[in-house]
Amino acid sequence: MSLQLELSPTTGDEVISNYTINFGPQHPAAHGVLRMVMELDGEIIERIDCHVGLLHRGTEKLIEHKTYLQALPYFDRLDYCSPLAQEHSYVLAIEKLLNLEIPERAKYLRTLFAELTRICNHMLNIGAHVMDVGAMTPNLWVFELREDCLNFFERASGARMHSAWFRPGGVHQDVPEKLLVDIGHWVDTRLPELFGDAMSLVIDNRIFKQRNVDIAVVSKEDALAWGFSGPMIRAAGIPWDLRKSQPYEVYDRMEFDIPVGTNSDCYDRFMVRVKEVYESAKIIKQCLAQMPSGPVASTDGKVSPPKRGEMKQSMEALIHHFKLYTEGFHVPAGEVYVATESPKGEFGVYLVSDGTNKPYRCKIRPTAFSHLQAMDMMSKGHMLPDATAILGAIDVVFGECDR
Amino acid sequence: MSFVHSAPKYASNEGVCEALVAALGDIVVASKEEHGEIVITVVRDGIADALRLLRDQHDYQQLMEIAGVDYPGRAERFEVVYMLLSVTKNHRVMLKVTASESTPVPTATTIWPNAGWLEREVFDLYGVLFAGNTDLRRILTDYGFEGHPFRKDFPLTGYTELRYSEEEKRVVYEPVKLAQDLRQFDFMSPWEGADYVLPGDEKAAAAPPPPPPPASTPKTTDTPADTGAGAKTDAKASKKVSAEAPAKKEAAPRKPRATKAKADAKPKAPAKPRTRKPKGDPA
Repeated sequence: MSLQLELSPTTGDEVISNYTINFGPQHPAAHGVLRMVMELDGEIIERIDCHVGLLHRGTEKLIEHKTYLQALPYFDRLDYCSPLAQEHSYVLAIEKLLNLEIPERAKYLRTLFAELTRICNHMLNIGAHVMDVGAMTPNLWVFELREDCLNFFERASGARMHSAWFRPGGVHQDVPEKLLVDIGHWVDTRLPELFGDAMSLVIDNRIFKQRNVDIAVVSKEDALAWGFSGPMIRAAGIPWDLRKSQPYEVYDRMEFDIPVGTNSDCYDRFMVRVKEVYESAKIIKQCLAQMPSGPVASTDGKVSPPKRGEMKQSMEALIHHFKLYTEGFHVPAGEVYVATESPKGEFGVYLVSDGTNKPYRCKIRPTAFSHLQAMDMMSKGHMLPDATAILGAIDVVFGECDR
Repeated sequence: MSFVHSAPKYASNEGVCEALVAALGDIVVASKEEHGEIVITVVRDGIADALRLLRDQHDYQQLMEIAGVDYPGRAERFEVVYMLLSVTKNHRVMLKVTASESTPVPTATTIWPNAGWLEREVFDLYGVLFAGNTDLRRILTDYGFEGHPFRKDFPLTGYTELRYSEEEKRVVYEPVKLAQDLRQFDFMSPWEGADYVLPGDEKAAAAPPPPPPPASTPKTTDTPADTGAGAKTDAKASKKVSAEAPAKKEAAPRKPRATKAKADAKPKAPAKPRTRKPKGDPA
């Protein structure tokens, strides 16, 4: 049912009905496996029906069958662009149920690596967004920086992406001193240099602006009603950042600004992320300057496992180790909803415990779900090529959206 | 109780729960404040009114999440939990209703447009119905999926699996075939909270089992002549100790003898499961 022509195409009486196209599920600009059924009037989008769930793996159900510690690596695999940010919500939810205090150094390390994750995530999104609207070079440049971040994660945890480094009670291992030095050096020199260079190609670029300015303008009221969070709500001019308003770890000791947009279009969303990279760099520097020494995991042997050396000497430590890695720890019954500011927005974990060693229910609140739902509202009346810009500015990752 | 964890801290809960319960009136079923979270349970038909009241008069502008939870033991087995956020008061509350498979929950799509997908997700995964949601399609599961996978009685492995069939040149659906059993380890300590009978404990409560019926033929392995044991054999064995390692050819013929003896012994004592058999002690 595409183009119906009556008699001759030149008579001017042709009947053109709306036609429907499939965008995805395999499309390079769909950022994964998104299928959008688009109803088009010519090249104008009339309606979009997003079909998500093509990457649904039943993570929440799997988590119900694992102990609290075994469930942790699933969070790396949700939003695979910002793994540590997902772990963060989960470990904080467990710690909230346990009411567990973690050592200062662990708080600083978590804050530091959460911000490094934010930079890493924004590098991918900024690069992908720019490439979606037609520029190639900046993406290659910012990927260099992303690679640096992944190297830092590898040096801290042993894994580039699926770190599983934040653990209930702290972090898994302390970092080598040289790593902190290198991060400090990188933030001072390489990041501003390379990122500044890449952005100088984009932010005043005429083509880039033509593709993004005044695209998908969302009012403040709509942004609130549609459950926006993160850069999406900040671009709408609402200075809402969980790091500032509901501080966790040591964010209340950090000095940083919250960039907000004025126009609430795709360009603002992009620029909010660009500015956030610099703010994250500021937080990283402060973390490095204030980083105390000391333990990196809770000394409560019932929650965090003993060090290997300790285990060789102490019978108690050996028993704790055995119990933690077989049965795991028990979490008091109750329910909490803990949300942190992931690079993409509010990433929440609703954790229901029945007092056993496995979560009774672990509902994950993905950031992309609410944003993608507004895709129809945002792209109505725009041209078909704008859909890729809108999608790029949402910053959607399907590992997280579909869970 | 003081909080020492480092999870996000929002505005104080002091007096909020009481104020909200008073404002919601008699649709409140229960309310609690635990772990620093306010959870208010309301009657199912009052949820739309409650959400609207909280949004319009108590500044909870955002609906962040709708979560389903399944408690199969309850009369109304599902809980639907609404997480609300106030960006002006910097506060969060949870609202909760219960539902069963056949009792629909009033929709929240008239209050927040983003409730649409959130309700679809709860419907898809738990089968909770939402009255008034005009677009209650499945969302996360496959096209044509049957059942509600997050219910506690839905198996973790599911019922169907799919693969690409080279013969049919398409993806085919088949019943799940597990190459090995799904490993479900029970790590719960038997001393605290295990809800099963420990192996062996079932004997303690039950009446002692009746004595085994007498064997039809007497035991035949009691004399040293039958077993090969005795002073003579011991002496013979001790001689071999200092010798070289036992020759392989000596060990080899023993095996068939042992199994033969076992095979011979079996039909003789069918009613006695614990009869001593000469299988492992042929020397």
